[in-house]
Amino acid sequence: MKIPDLTELALRNLRESLLRNSLTTVGISVGVASLVAMLSLGIGLQQMASRRLVKSGLFDTIVVTSRRELRGMGREEERSGPTPGESRVLDEPVRAEIERMPNVAEAYPDIRFATELRFEDKPHLTMVSALPASAKTNDAFEGMQGSFFSSESAPEAILQKSFAEELLGKTPALGAAEPNVSELAKPLLGKELTMIYAQRAGNPPAAAASTTAEDLSGAAYSVVSREQKLKIVGVADLDPESMRGPTRAKVFLPLKLAESLHVMLPTDLREIARADSDQPVYSSISVRVKNPAQIQGVEDAIKKMGFSAFSILDASRGLRQFFAVLYAFLGIFGSLALMVASIGIVNTLVMAILERRREIGIMKAIGASDGDVKKLFFAEAGAMGVLGGIVGVALGWAIGQVINLGTNVYLRRQSLPPEHFWAVPWWLVGSAILFALVVSLVSGLYPAGRAARLDPVQALRYE
Amino acid sequence: MTTVPAVSAERGTFAIRSENLCRYYRMGESLIRAVDGVSLEIGAGEFVALLGSSGSGKSSVLNLIAGLDRPTSGSVMVQDRDLAKLSREELAKYRLHVVGMVFQSFNLIASMTVAENVELPLRFAEVDRNRRQKLAHEALERVGLQARMNHRPSELSGGEQQRAALARALINRPQLLLADEPTGNLDSHTGSEIMDAVRDFNRELGMTVLMVTHERALAERYARRMIFLADGKLVDDRQNPPVDVRSGMQRGRP
Repeated sequence: MKIPDLTELALRNLRESLLRNSLTTVGISVGVASLVAMLSLGIGLQQMASRRLVKSGLFDTIVVTSRRELRGMGREEERSGPTPGESRVLDEPVRAEIERMPNVAEAYPDIRFATELRFEDKPHLTMVSALPASAKTNDAFEGMQGSFFSSESAPEAILQKSFAEELLGKTPALGAAEPNVSELAKPLLGKELTMIYAQRAGNPPAAAASTTAEDLSGAAYSVVSREQKLKIVGVADLDPESMRGPTRAKVFLPLKLAESLHVMLPTDLREIARADSDQPVYSSISVRVKNPAQIQGVEDAIKKMGFSAFSILDASRGLRQFFAVLYAFLGIFGSLALMVASIGIVNTLVMAILERRREIGIMKAIGASDGDVKKLFFAEAGAMGVLGGIVGVALGWAIGQVINLGTNVYLRRQSLPPEHFWAVPWWLVGSAILFALVVSLVSGLYPAGRAARLDPVQALRYE
Repeated sequence: MTTVPAVSAERGTFAIRSENLCRYYRMGESLIRAVDGVSLEIGAGEFVALLGSSGSGKSSVLNLIAGLDRPTSGSVMVQDRDLAKLSREELAKYRLHVVGMVFQSFNLIASMTVAENVELPLRFAEVDRNRRQKLAHEALERVGLQARMNHRPSELSGGEQQRAALARALINRPQLLLADEPTGNLDSHTGSEIMDAVRDFNRELGMTVLMVTHERALAERYARRMIFLADGKLVDDRQNPPVDVRSGMQRGRP
């Protein structure tokens, strides 16, 4: 029999015992709905977690360090490849090379140094770090008072909240209520800071020509004390210990400005024997990829160049494993209801065989083959599965919306921002319906086989 | 009682030939010999009545010829097909294309309209919709039921239902029409109408008709040959006397 004929006959037969078939279909719907609800919750929660991570700016970032770094990650895979001694130094050409790699959005040096900052003639020693313009969208600067840097090379600074407290002499006593960021920002925004730092000046020509000190030519540079005035443009409410990378500092400068200052960095001393010019050598480079999905490929490519690379992806592997287990559990619980529903299908179809025994006999007598009868029962099971699947997906989606709405009402009462932790992606819709179809067809196997094997003579005798 | 060899003079071929055909059933400890060594030959285009009392095995013979059942031993040949050797699939095809069946209880599917019932065999034959509807319409026209084609069987009288069943049996243009007590559930007037239609099929379409009945009068009126069964055995096989009150003038092929 042709597929349209099968479908038509199957739907007709389903309409014949409408109540029973509807109940069976409702059973499948409930099963699919529970599956969809469970998995949407899992997916939604994972998406929420990922969204937070991506927004933090760490999910798409690879931190590249030289293998010569003694405080390298020391992970297993890094023991292979070139030994630390042969490894290249992280300098400007390397940074440019990495930035030219496909899928890389930007590569910028992590400039971080401890130095003295003067505010109203009082010296404060703190950690300073450079930020690229792209950091503006970073989640860490959410709720920042003031504004982000006006340009990449503007003489401006953003302060971390605790440093602002320090400047104002308002460091709260232990256990006391934390002061509000906006209160701290008011007296500081627009004020001037003076940064006193050590500049690495170019090496004198005489030293470079010296043949006796050939190997140490890079060491031949001088250090000059400089001052740089900075305007405070923002105070950020971020916890310096909560994240890796540049945010651990307490004062932030625009990247181009920081680069132009040629601040003497700790790595300069370590690279003394290697650097053959006054080219700056970076302790680490942050690489941002265009899409978090491409992070692995870029990371591998950088490792092939002979550098150590670390991304939060490595750290999030555990998280993803957790979600995989969560999916499995939610999926199993969701499927249980569908399994119960599949017993309903078997029951309904076996009953249908008993009721329609004579009809099966007639069909066989007028020329239906075993295959035709089998296909007809399969089509009925499949139709119930697809109908149940569609209704179930809609039901599951509705349940999700209601739960999402309810939770958000609760969150709002707790004065927390609303969250979207419920997601029904298209692939879930498709695979839920497909799964319902497969479960129904499997359930239909036994009844269909039994109907097909029915002896027509006995079936026709049956009243 | 004269036994005439069942040779179809017109075509010289056998439509049906059985040899020592047996069908036994086991019922608990006892063995029931429903068909017990029946050998017969029916020529193409014949109109044969299979007579016997209830339990004589006439329906069992019909089912074996229809390919609904398989013999315990012996053979049934229908148009050079050995039915015992066909696979289940081939038997289904045989039932679909070679045989048309009519039953005592009509056996229409209650959930379908008359037209849908009639075209059902064409669905199994994978005939496309338009052609199916055209053929069903023609078949219903032939049995004079075109006005009732969109009714459900339950809305039809017994005679109309049997005519619908005839149309269904006709739709695949089978060479063999097997009828199992086709008038058993009908009054004599309606029964005659049905039998007239069956005789038309036999004469005009050249279909070989094998009809099971226990009504000797009916068999004598329409069939040209009568085969008698008792206890699963063939006890008599005779040509019908050429006297026919109603249509004696038309005896023979048109």
